[in-house]
Amino acid sequence: MTTTTFRTDQEFFLDTQRCIGCHACEMACAECETNGQTPMIHVDYVDRFSTVQTSVQICMHCTDPICARVCPAVAIEKDEFGIVHSANTARCIACSNCVVACPFGVPRKIEPMQLMMKCNMCYDRTSAGKKPMCATVCPSGALTYTTREDMAAKRPNSSPVNHFQFGQQIVKTKVNIMMPKGATKLVVDSE
Amino acid sequence: MATLPASAETIINEFGPSLNFPPREGFPGRDEPDEVIKTHCCFCGMQCGIKLCVKDDRIVGFEPWEEFPFNEGRLCPKGVQRYLQNNHPDRLMHPLERVEGKGFSTKSWDHAMSRTVSEIQRIQSQYGNDAFAMLSGVSLTNEKSYLVGKFARVALKTKNLDYNGRLCMVSAGAGNKKAFGLDRASNNFTDLARAEVVMICGTNVSETFPTLTHWIWQARDNGGRLIVVDPRLTPIARTADLHLPVRPGRDSALYGALLHQLIKHDWLDHDFISNHTSGFEKAAEAVAGYDLPWAESVTGIPASQIMQAAEMWGKASTSFLLHARGIEHHSKGVENVSSCINLVLATGRIGRPYCGYATITGQGNGQGGREHGHKCDQLPGNRDIENPEHRKYISQVWGIEEKDMPGKGLTAYEIMEAIHRGEIKGLLSICFNPLVSLPNSNMIREALNKLEYYACIDFFLNETARHADIILPGSLHEEEEGTVTTAEGRVVRIRKAVNPPGGARTDTSILLDLASRLGAGKHFSFETSEDIFNELRVASKGGTADYFGITYQKIEDNMGVFWPCPELDHPGTPRLWEDKKFRTPDARAHFQPVVYRDPGEVTDADYPVILTTGRVVSQYLSGSQTRRIGKLVNQYPEPLLEIHPVLAKKYGISDRELVRVATRRGTAEFPAQIVETIREDTVFVPYHWPGRKSVNQLTSGHLDPVSKIPEFKVCACRLEPLGRTAPSAEETKAHASA
Repeated sequence: MTTTTFRTDQEFFLDTQRCIGCHACEMACAECETNGQTPMIHVDYVDRFSTVQTSVQICMHCTDPICARVCPAVAIEKDEFGIVHSANTARCIACSNCVVACPFGVPRKIEPMQLMMKCNMCYDRTSAGKKPMCATVCPSGALTYTTREDMAAKRPNSSPVNHFQFGQQIVKTKVNIMMPKGATKLVVDSE
Repeated sequence: MATLPASAETIINEFGPSLNFPPREGFPGRDEPDEVIKTHCCFCGMQCGIKLCVKDDRIVGFEPWEEFPFNEGRLCPKGVQRYLQNNHPDRLMHPLERVEGKGFSTKSWDHAMSRTVSEIQRIQSQYGNDAFAMLSGVSLTNEKSYLVGKFARVALKTKNLDYNGRLCMVSAGAGNKKAFGLDRASNNFTDLARAEVVMICGTNVSETFPTLTHWIWQARDNGGRLIVVDPRLTPIARTADLHLPVRPGRDSALYGALLHQLIKHDWLDHDFISNHTSGFEKAAEAVAGYDLPWAESVTGIPASQIMQAAEMWGKASTSFLLHARGIEHHSKGVENVSSCINLVLATGRIGRPYCGYATITGQGNGQGGREHGHKCDQLPGNRDIENPEHRKYISQVWGIEEKDMPGKGLTAYEIMEAIHRGEIKGLLSICFNPLVSLPNSNMIREALNKLEYYACIDFFLNETARHADIILPGSLHEEEEGTVTTAEGRVVRIRKAVNPPGGARTDTSILLDLASRLGAGKHFSFETSEDIFNELRVASKGGTADYFGITYQKIEDNMGVFWPCPELDHPGTPRLWEDKKFRTPDARAHFQPVVYRDPGEVTDADYPVILTTGRVVSQYLSGSQTRRIGKLVNQYPEPLLEIHPVLAKKYGISDRELVRVATRRGTAEFPAQIVETIREDTVFVPYHWPGRKSVNQLTSGHLDPVSKIPEFKVCACRLEPLGRTAPSAEETKAHASA
């Protein structure tokens, strides 16, 4: 897995307010031959009755990935660049512990294959110095892969946040979400 | 010819639409392509750069083209899936001939061409040259658009040639010509980046031009504010600073009211108005009575919001106004466009950095295709077919006598009406699916059934082509060299990536062969697409759309060149009007007085609800291509009736209930989708679907008196809930509805 062309200065920024629900990211993701036409990114309406707002979810690549911690088969590993890889196909036992444990709802069990699959930030592309496919095609800037400095210059009204509070638990991630200027963490649940 | 040669179901079984999905493991050779071709998406006017991966003369996948300046790799789902129109099981590989009771059978090219030529000659000798019409489309390259225009006038010798741009940009074109004397976006989209106010008028940008969303957000990141005018809360409207949910068909009342406020508060650029425009007083007089209470009562938008928009627009120092079909698809489309342009001229914000105005051209080559002569009233270079000087110049370029140049013909919808009346007897079509895309499709179907002879050039058997006597299998976007002109006015190169498969031929070679068989071969001695482009350059020289200084090499070296580009050493013109020399006779920009009038059809006791139509992000126009791509179909598999919960409650309609929608033209049934994101007095149905699922069975044939664009965006309907849940989309198979 070691490579020298992974660009450590590049980060992933998720700006959900810009998502237009077009599904270009999903379709482009599914084109990758390792995904077998199954997208690893998910776009959903929040509540189509009242709004056209959609949410887009990629793997947040947690600093201390709970999916890996709950995996009884040690099938999920985080690498030196902070990428939390999809399940090792030889090890995964399709127990769905990771599916249940992930605070962002990312891993999904692919039934016919009896295998968990999730986003590995296009490791085939990013390890070769390219951008992930979803962040390359996204037409609205909801998904962006660039340097922190570039993002600060281009989006002066937003701050990148990678700190999430779920009750008592703090989750730190490699992927950033864009929040209003000055925000430092997203409190999902303060109880 | 009468009705279909076999049942629609029989024809659909053989020719589709069927759904193309990539194999699970991807197409063989995807990772080791023979070639990666830099070209453009075949769909909308953004013409996003894209790279196609080719293996063994097949397109096997795509890669983003990150260096192309407009989209920098960004794509919408249609762009991502566009390559699946290649290697498609429905692809027409051989000429077909209608067989009564059976459908279609394969024929030789010689038979298909000979029969077409003899039928053209029979009809023209019996009924006159103009009794044979041609319909074209602007998914065609500039070269093919030019070639069709010349073919119809020189080989077919008919005046009745028109194109599907008639359903697209003609209102904008006419409005632009009236105001500026030239028809093109005044700015390229980089001028959005630092506009203080962006006003988007009747354009669902995020679904119809998704990659433009990026440029609008750039403005907002730099502090710009966004106003969106749309009867629905579209994805781009959701986050806007101000959303004005205008009642369909009342657009010019809103823009007139805004002009009224600009005048009242003196938010005007007096120097610009007096030095560079004419007609301001009459335009002002026309809106003198359009105060806020009146505007609120007509448009249904609260007066406070109209005032807010006027203040935002009026006080800004830079701005960009964009509009599209939402204001153009009306029986007063040109007036709506003029009322928008008046706001730009009143504030003098044009011809400077971050001061912009543009229609967002819809079709892939909606810009270039509307400049080079396959419109009924037009000659290349956006010349006028009724102007003696223009006729003389083009006749000389074409090597014909000016007296032999046909005059102005009928527009697209009028051609169908003339067929229906029995005045036009024969038709040749390319790149147009009027049975799905024109309004009042029951009339269109009756007209098609009356034709004595119909030949269609297409790569799939589209719904209209089912009525043809002969089908000539043509070429896809990626099978010929050429150029298109993007919505920004940037001329870009389309690359041939693969050859037409089987016995299919390039569109160009079909037209050249037909021209030769019609005895006009000496006027059509082109060896390559570049030869055609080089003649187009000369034909456009001196016209408003001047391409003379553009060459294939120059386009490739610069990733596109903006016209006008009159000389070889000219760099092109990304931003118009920096010199304030407009292309009108007096070199001034012209205000137009716009007096509000109602749409062609208003609601009444029998038809009390407003019906409007539009598009979804995963489909393109009549769906001839996108209803054959599996994932695009699955994303939005059937047309839904968007209806507000208040209106739904009034009729007792529940979510997913099947509702019959009736207008004076016909009826159609759609599942209800109850949403708060639409006006309470309006229902919306997208139009990409055929047959019983086509909302164009319901839309009206009211035309704009100037542009002749049909009024797709407003008519009156009645809702009849059927008391049962609609069948699932899988059962309905709307993409292939008979």
